[in-house]
Formats: sequence, structure tokens, C-alpha cells
Amino acid sequence: MSTRKQFCTFSLNGLFFGVEVLRVQEVIRYQEMTAVPLAPSMVEGLINLRGQIVTAIDLRRRLELPPRTGDSLPLNVVVRSDDGAVSLLVDEIGDVVEIDDDAFERKPETLTGVARELVQGVYKLRDRLLLVLDTEKTINVTSPGGHAPKSVS
Amino acid sequence: MTTNDELQQQLIQDLLIESFEGLDRFDREMLALEKGAGTTDTPNVIFRVIHTIKGTAGCLGLTKIESVAHVGENLLSALREGKVSVSPPLINALLAYADALREMLRSLETERHEGEADYSELLRRLQDLNCETAVPVPSAAPPAPAGWGLFEEEPAAETPVTPPQTTVAKVLPIMPESEPAARTGSGGNSANAPSAADSAIRVNVDQLDKLMNLVGELVLARNQIVQHCGPAQDHGLLAASQRLNLITTELQEGVMKTRMQPIGNIWAKFPRVVRDVASELGKEVQLVMEGNQTELDRTIIEAIKDPLTHIVRNAIDHGIEGPAERRAAGKPETGMLILRAFHEGGQVNIEIMDDGRGVNIVRVKQKAIERGLVSVEQAGRLSDREALNLIFLPGFSTAEKVTNVSGRGVGMDVVKTNIEKIGGAVDVVSDSGRGSTVKIKIPLTLAIIPALIVTSGGERFAIPQVSLLELVRLEDDQKRKGIELLCGTPVYRLRGRLLPLCYLNQQLKLVPATAGQLAADSAQADAVNMVVLQADGRQFGLVVDQINDTEEIVVKPLGKQLKGISCFAGATIMGDGRVALILDVLGLAQHANIVSEVRDRAQPDKARADQTAGDRQTLLLFDAGASSRMAIPLSMVARLEEFPRKSVERSGDQEVIQYRGQIIPLIRVADHIARVGIPPQDLSDPMQVVIYAENGRSVGLVVGRIDDIVEEVITVKRDSSGRGTLGSVVIKEKVTDLLDVSAIIRAADPAFYLDHPATLAA
Repeated sequence: MSTRKQFCTFSLNGLFFGVEVLRVQEVIRYQEMTAVPLAPSMVEGLINLRGQIVTAIDLRRRLELPPRTGDSLPLNVVVRSDDGAVSLLVDEIGDVVEIDDDAFERKPETLTGVARELVQGVYKLRDRLLLVLDTEKTINVTSPGGHAPKSVS
Repeated sequence: MTTNDELQQQLIQDLLIESFEGLDRFDREMLALEKGAGTTDTPNVIFRVIHTIKGTAGCLGLTKIESVAHVGENLLSALREGKVSVSPPLINALLAYADALREMLRSLETERHEGEADYSELLRRLQDLNCETAVPVPSAAPPAPAGWGLFEEEPAAETPVTPPQTTVAKVLPIMPESEPAARTGSGGNSANAPSAADSAIRVNVDQLDKLMNLVGELVLARNQIVQHCGPAQDHGLLAASQRLNLITTELQEGVMKTRMQPIGNIWAKFPRVVRDVASELGKEVQLVMEGNQTELDRTIIEAIKDPLTHIVRNAIDHGIEGPAERRAAGKPETGMLILRAFHEGGQVNIEIMDDGRGVNIVRVKQKAIERGLVSVEQAGRLSDREALNLIFLPGFSTAEKVTNVSGRGVGMDVVKTNIEKIGGAVDVVSDSGRGSTVKIKIPLTLAIIPALIVTSGGERFAIPQVSLLELVRLEDDQKRKGIELLCGTPVYRLRGRLLPLCYLNQQLKLVPATAGQLAADSAQADAVNMVVLQADGRQFGLVVDQINDTEEIVVKPLGKQLKGISCFAGATIMGDGRVALILDVLGLAQHANIVSEVRDRAQPDKARADQTAGDRQTLLLFDAGASSRMAIPLSMVARLEEFPRKSVERSGDQEVIQYRGQIIPLIRVADHIARVGIPPQDLSDPMQVVIYAENGRSVGLVVGRIDDIVEEVITVKRDSSGRGTLGSVVIKEKVTDLLDVSAIIRAADPAFYLDHPATLAA
């Protein structure tokens, strides 16, 4: 007996990633952004998502991949989290794929770098590999600086 | 589909909300009864509250609550029928009984069962009280009013004493609690008219927040539509967009209002708090509450609940004396505690006044020294006002002994922190032997605040208006001379005081430069814009590229990724739909090392210490050039300017100056107030000019030197001493004359107040 899961897929620097469809709130095209001074470098800025202020994280920088080249604009994959929505900036958006759990394999022990921390595992598709991201870990970026978080009212 | 379990949970939830509200009302009515202030209906109201709880609990199978409620109900029924009379033991037992019910309900709320506590002793007390009556009430058949059959496990055993009201019991707890004062004021009693109860419903707060968000979005969409329709020729479209515009505004206001709650909602529990604390300490205290209906945003209401309770307890514990001491001091034995709330200047003011012994300043200083909060020498220098503020220091407590009620030393500093967290301010005034007053100023709402929008490094930032003191713009000469460097740190002399400066673009690392470089660069810029801010009692100047406008902004929190950046308090969405960051002035000041992170409150700033009671007015102090200090209300001042003497021109026999495209007359104040024997001194160059504007006309008042801006209570000590003045007042221990501006203008330029169109200021 096997279960099937749906993943929202996207590409990043030629790699094929997926996040569970249930975690994804929506996918939207590039939005104008407000940069946040003093923020961690992977925070690209803030976008206005229908009145909600959403932090956009540059997934390339988060995964320590080379920066985006050319003038194509990234897309927002807005994922839900306990702390409200967060946007992940990706190169291109793919289909929603439904995959059998049988195709899952844990990440190889030899995986290094940030990917080791953020990739949950790999699905073996017919023609390529799908890297599944742990969204909670991915958006868990804390700002530098020694100041204690201030409560915001 | 709703399962039975969910339905049960929902019903329990409703029971909890209704019962807590009902018990609060129970407390209030009980206290009214104790004071003899109850109406004939009071026993009925109390009875109905308990009856509703009992009935609902019974229906939901909450047998413990039901049985406890039942015992009290019997006693209340006897009370209602006049079989038992009001006595202190009765009141005490019934209040304890209400607490027992609360305890069980709370346990039900958190642990989903009624709790293990044993109330048999309390129940016996209640029964004993009931048995003291001549006619024992059969405990098996509680009197049940008619018209409330749904949750009744047995048919009404007696004819209800007041059948018309009892039917109302069903809808009773739905209304937001109306205050006793309001209630008597409106002529009605607590049995709400059914129409009022029927017209109110409960709404989940999240729902309101969601609505608020959506309305904010609608406002933005509306702005865009209106912009696009501007050039359109289609009349139908234009009319529709206008209508959309109006409706959106109204909707926005309406939704805002739904979040407002009268402060009476949190005050409702104070009569009980006061009674309990006072009786515990053996004191007699009368509580007076004014301004129950003052409305506040619900988030603020939540935030001030605990600080207020603490202040109230403190006032009774430390402020109000015991009856013997009061008698000795020639005061009535019963102490007064007054809670007052009112709106003023877009803020809510809350005052907690007591007529107790006041704060003993000598003891405060002693204590502060003992605790190592200030040095002996520092303490000696402190003014009384400054010394009073010591009580807000962490780890301070003046209580001679730590009581159960207060004095654990975690008090006032927490109060202060909590109030400042929501953008408020707290201050104490004390009159030794006659009482003290705690004053709290808080914003109306946290959701929407007035803010100044500035630009720096191409980005817009919002600065909450509460921390804003003034704006300074340095042009031409001023900017070169104005900003000085102190070992590379830029400072500015603001009316004789050194103001530390920080550059927003440098603080936020928008430019890779040091403050010194930026100060040097600013000499090259067209003008320097400075926002004078106050953080934690310190003033500093924030240099920005551009000052845009003030706006009401909707505050939204930042995601956790950005929470650690202390410079930002949140974000907001601007009119064009883009996001702008809101500066956290205190965080920014800490980031720029203007205030150290460990709050050094030992030397409270003058500005803060000056905020005292009464009808305050902000005054501009200046030296008129005739060696006397003068003052005019700041509200009359449009701007303060400096002009080189050479720019003065003449028109007829009037000195004039070109100013912002206008020709305005200059009036030398010294000429009009000259004292006998003191010749007017030579005016400085550049001349200091106060621009005074009225009805679109301006006039420049030439003064010797601008001294300061102060907030003072004006009480004229001496009537007019010479022409051109309204009288003399004492400001900061110095005699100051109040300038009669209109008299001087009339004398110099009779045309100024005439009705015909201005010829000079056209």
C-alpha cells in the first residue's frame, strides 16, 4: 500500500525542487519589493500581498546558489507558516506533480552545505530528481545583530 | 457537518463567555447591594445571573457547577424574597461563591473538566446563612422563573416574583457590559430592554481583524480606481468611482469603530478589586469612575488592563492610609480613589487619583540610594519631580513592608514598560499629605497611528508621531555652521542645547559612509532635513533626505525573519500599494548609541519632568531684546526664521522682508515693550524672527533671541505691567511677560486685522 503526495515544483539554478502542495498558499508573479535595511542578505524585501505584508526570501541566496543572472524576474511561491505567509523567490515555476511515496529516498549522507539542512529528501522521477524542501527550516532565518527582538504591537 | 462533540464544545464556550460576564455583573451588583446602592431590582439581577449559569450547566451535564450554583441560588432566592437581609457575612459568602463558580468555569475552560476543588465548606456557609431565616427554603425545589424552559430540568415550582424581567434573563449577558453610572444615567436598570439586547451579537475578534485588513485593501484598490478614473470622460464611471470612494471611507470608519470598546469594560472589575484589597488591608475606600464610555481600540484595552490593576492596587496599598491615620490627618475615614478617562488631542488620558498620603519624596530618594539606583550626590541634585520618577526604576519599591497586595518591587517599572510598549507615557504627580495621581497617556489605537513619512536612501520610512518633537530644516549658511563635529560625532545646537545627530541612511547602512563624512557632505547639499525625536527621555536629531508628509498609517507586524532588527517597529502599506517600514525610535536610538540599552533613568530628561498637571500650554520663550524674558503661545507661531539684517527692506515707513514669495511686515517687539530707562539693545545679525500668521496674512516679530519652548500651566501672577503685555507669569523660576501679540500688531500695522483682502501678504 502506498500513498501519493502532491508537490508544487519549481526550478532554481537548474535544480528541480518541490514543496508539498498543502504548504503552498499561492504562486504569484514578481511583485514590487521594499528592501529591508539591516536584514539578513537572503531577505530580498517585503511585498504587499493583498494587504498582508509578506517577507520574500531569495531561495538562491538561502541555498547558497550563485546569484540570478539575466533580466528574468523571479516568481513568488507563497508558503504558509505558523508565523504567517512567507514568499520564496524561485527562477521558474513547474507543474504540480503527484508522486508515489515509493519513489521517496532519504537525502544522501554525502550531501553537504545548506542543502543538507534544508532538503528533506529526494523523489526519483522518471527523468530527473525532485528535491523536497523543508519549508519551516527554509524560512527560519533570523536577523543578525545583538539586539533582542522587540515586541511589536 | 457539526458533530455532537463540536456542538457540545460550542455550547460550553458560550456558557463560559456568558457566565464570566454574568459573574462580573454579579460582583458589581453585589457591591452595590453592600453599599445600599442597589435598586429593588438588584436581587433579581443577581438571581438571574446564577439561575442562567445553573440552568445552562445542568443542560450540558456539568453537574458540579450545577449543584454549587444551586445552593447559592437558594440563598439568592431567599434574598430576593426578603427572607434574608443583607449583611457583611452574606456579601462575603456570596462573593466567595462567585469566585468558586469562576474557578470551576476556568478549570472547564483550560482543563475541560470542572476541577477537583472541594466547596463543601462554602456551601455549608451558604446554607447556614439561608437557615438563619425564619422560613427555610426547601432545597430540592429551587424557585425557577417561567419562560426559560429549555434548560430547566424541572417545571417551575413557584410563581416567579418578577415574571416580566425573568424572561429577559435569557438575553441578558449578550450586551457589552454597560456601566452602573451609564445605566443610572440612562434611567434604566440592568434589566436591558429586550430591544437593546436583541440588537447586539457576539462577533469573534479575529473576524473583525480580518475585516479591518480587507477594508485596508479596499482602500488601496479604491485609490487606484479613483486615480484611473480621473482622466476618464465616462460620466457613469466617474459617478460610480465617486460613490465607491465615499462608501469605502464610510466602511473604513465603521469597521474601525467595531474594534473600539469603552474603557468601562476593564474598569468593571475594579469595584471588586478595590473592595477586596481595601478590606484585606483594613482600609475604607470609595471608588469613583468617570468617563466609562471613553473608547479605545481593543488591543490597547488588553494591554492596559494589568498595568491599571497594578496602579489601583498600589494606590490603595501605599497611597490611601488606614482609617486611624486618616482621622489623625483630619481627613474623612473613607479614602477616595478616582479613575478618570477622557480623550484629548487624539490620545486617551487615564488618571488614577487618590487622596492618600502622597509619595514621600525623601523616602523615595533614600530608597533609591539604598538600592544603589542613584548615588547620594545624584539624589541631592534631583528635583522633586525627577525624584518621583525614580519609582519607575526597575527594582524599586517604597513599601515599608512587602504586603500581599503590592510591594514586590516588580511594580511600577513593569507598568511603565508595558505602557511605553504601546506608545504611551506614564507620569506621577504627588502632593504630600493630600494624595497622588498617576497619569497615563495612550494612543487611541495601535492599528492606525499618525506618522511622519520621510525618505532616506531612496526608501520611505514612517516615524510614529508620538516620538516626534519638531522638524528642523537647515538651509544655506545654517547648514554649514549649524552642524558641528565633536570628535567626529555630529551635533546640532538647538536653542542652545546640544542635540546629538544621527543619519538615517548611515544607521540603516544605505550608504557606506561615516557620520563625520555625511556631516561634511551635508554642507554641500541644498538643505539638511532634521527630525527631532525623543526616545526614553533623550532627544536626538535624525537627518533624513526628505520629509514628505504626515499620514495615518496602518501598522502591520514584520515576519519573524525580521523581528530581530530593533530599528523597525513594523511595516505599513502606503497609498501606492508599496510597503514602507516603520521606524522604532527607541530601537533606532539604541542602535545609534544615543540611549544605552540599560535604561539610565536616574536623570530623567527635563522635557519629561515638565509634563505635569493642569491646563498646559506650550509657550515659546524669547528675549525680546529689552532684557526681559517674554513668552507667546506656540500655537500662534507659524515658523521661526533667521534673516540677515541686510535683507530688511522698507515700504513706506514700514520695515518689510521678502519671505516665501510674500512681502511681510516686520515688527520689532522691543520697540513696543520698551521699558523706561532701558534702551532697546542692538539686534543680533542674523535677526531672529517669529513668523506669526493669521487669516492667511503673516507678520514677522523681530526678537532678540529665541530661548526655549516649554509646556507650562499659565497662571498670571501679575497683571499687565506695561504696554504690549498681557501680564507676567513665572516660568522656570523666572518672571516672564506674556506678549500681547494682537495689540502689538494692531499698533504696528492697523491694516492687519481689517477685513479687506490683504495687500501686504497677497
